[in-house]
Amino acid sequence: MLFIDPHVHMTSRTTDDYEAMRKAGIVAMIEPAFWMGQPRTEAGTFKDYYSHLIGFERFRASQFGIKHYCTIGLNSKEANNEPLAEEVMELLPLFVLKEGVVGVGEIGYDDQTPAEDKYYRLQLDLAKEVNLPVQIHTPHRDKRKGTLRSMEVALEHGLDPAMVIVDHNNEETVKDVLDRGFWAAFTIYPHTKMGNERMTEIVRQYGHERIMINSAADWGISDPLAVPKTAELMLERGISEESVRMVTYQNALAAFGQSGQMQESDWLAASPIDQSLKFSGNSILRGGQTPRVETGENENDSRIIR
Amino acid sequence: MPTAPISEYLLRILLPQIPAPGVTWLQNQLNNLKAEKEFYLAFSVASRFTGKKKLNLTEADLLEAETLRPGFNPASWTADQVARTLLVLAIPHETPEAYVATLNRVFSTADLNELATLYASLPLLPYPEHHVKRAAEGVRTTMTQVFDAIALHNPYPHDYLPQEAWNQLVVKSVFNVRPLYQIYGLDNRRNEALAQIAIDYAHERWAAGRTLTPELWRLVGPFLSPENIKNIEKLLQSPEEIQHQAAALALSESNLPEARELLAKQPNLTAAIQAGNITWQTIGESAYHA
Repeated sequence: MLFIDPHVHMTSRTTDDYEAMRKAGIVAMIEPAFWMGQPRTEAGTFKDYYSHLIGFERFRASQFGIKHYCTIGLNSKEANNEPLAEEVMELLPLFVLKEGVVGVGEIGYDDQTPAEDKYYRLQLDLAKEVNLPVQIHTPHRDKRKGTLRSMEVALEHGLDPAMVIVDHNNEETVKDVLDRGFWAAFTIYPHTKMGNERMTEIVRQYGHERIMINSAADWGISDPLAVPKTAELMLERGISEESVRMVTYQNALAAFGQSGQMQESDWLAASPIDQSLKFSGNSILRGGQTPRVETGENENDSRIIR
Repeated sequence: MPTAPISEYLLRILLPQIPAPGVTWLQNQLNNLKAEKEFYLAFSVASRFTGKKKLNLTEADLLEAETLRPGFNPASWTADQVARTLLVLAIPHETPEAYVATLNRVFSTADLNELATLYASLPLLPYPEHHVKRAAEGVRTTMTQVFDAIALHNPYPHDYLPQEAWNQLVVKSVFNVRPLYQIYGLDNRRNEALAQIAIDYAHERWAAGRTLTPELWRLVGPFLSPENIKNIEKLLQSPEEIQHQAAALALSESNLPEARELLAKQPNLTAAIQAGNITWQTIGESAYHA
């Protein structure tokens, strides 16, 4: 099977991860601009970060036959430094119309402060102006309220829910997101976000429409193979192949493809070797394929992420 | 260098090969670029209007390019690349410093394709002597596509880089396994320091038991000495025929009596060289496309 990981922070990952992801069948990935782990203090570091995403990181992925896309935005945490945020907002128009930029993201709320609200709204307007999808980061704390508010504000600013991907959902938020017509993304991330056993049950309950999964692998304890591992688990637990394909590939392509900057031919035409034949989903976990990071895996079954 | 003939040429080869809305868009942009901001936006979105197909160029087109700017070879240029180059040539500016400042800003926010486009455009831009540091910076990149844009089929480095930066370009091409025969003007700018770096590099590779491109000896031939000719003797012991060819060709480029003597022991290779069947071009082609 071929997979897309529509949320992964490769800047924080090693080249070994690219190798493992390629072998597991990941053909395309989207890297949202995010918080690097400590706050930046100069606008210039944002500029270099954005140009790194569309330059070196794109190159690094290409060495493994993976197409790298990104979303560009000012993350919610750093929106709280208002003087800096003002300068970063001036940079965004330089980047949002670059090739391979498939959205404005990840933006939204963290502490849900007035400053976060201000820059979230400004970026929604920017996305609308340039007709790009929006990738929304929903908060860890006070999640349900933050998620609802993210959607209300997006609607208030006249965004079409079909152009908005609400990320980091869980059992408590999924229904509200789907009912309002937004895309619901789930992050398979040990300890803090979704586990893939729970994810399997969500797909069983809600089906595959407008649902997609990602790893959001970053500098934390996370797993860049979360998407292919979850696909395998779902198949094993009786989810149809069609549903697995929708949530691990097709829906991400449909949602972010609305940017006009991402199409299947980008990877199908680029690599004549069919990676699905060479690196089938079934072989991914055999012999030494587990990434060399502590992933919170169950010792007896390496596919389980808790 | 007057850039108007270059722009006219680029428009002539591009416009018949892009969709009609792209033609209108590009002509609009070129006629109305007044502010820096307009330039940045047009530069980014160009590919949405022109597509990214490689241009079909005739022999006459390529010949004209070479006449307009010696070494300019757009054989592999794409539609978006030509359009972006036209926009860069049209950057609104008052002074050379202002032009370079805008250029620096677009470099610093460029994506992978755009970077390659910008480096490949250097030989066509006005104020060529102002772009030396930029070209040297391009040589420092890790991104193969960007490196190739400055190092291969690009006359700017040959024409303007000082020797140290030029040598870095060549050595880095060897190190990154890039085809040396595609470096414009390579023979013209061979030098003794470069030959010595090449020989040291060969020793490193041999010590590590790694492969070595036969093209390396192209840098050494004219600088063979009684001390370093033993490397060529060693090359002639290689199990690979292509290394023998490189050794013989390097010898043929030396006036050293020892070199003449060594070459005389290789009558078949000598004959092939004289017949033009072994050249650095043929060696390069078979080394990279075997």
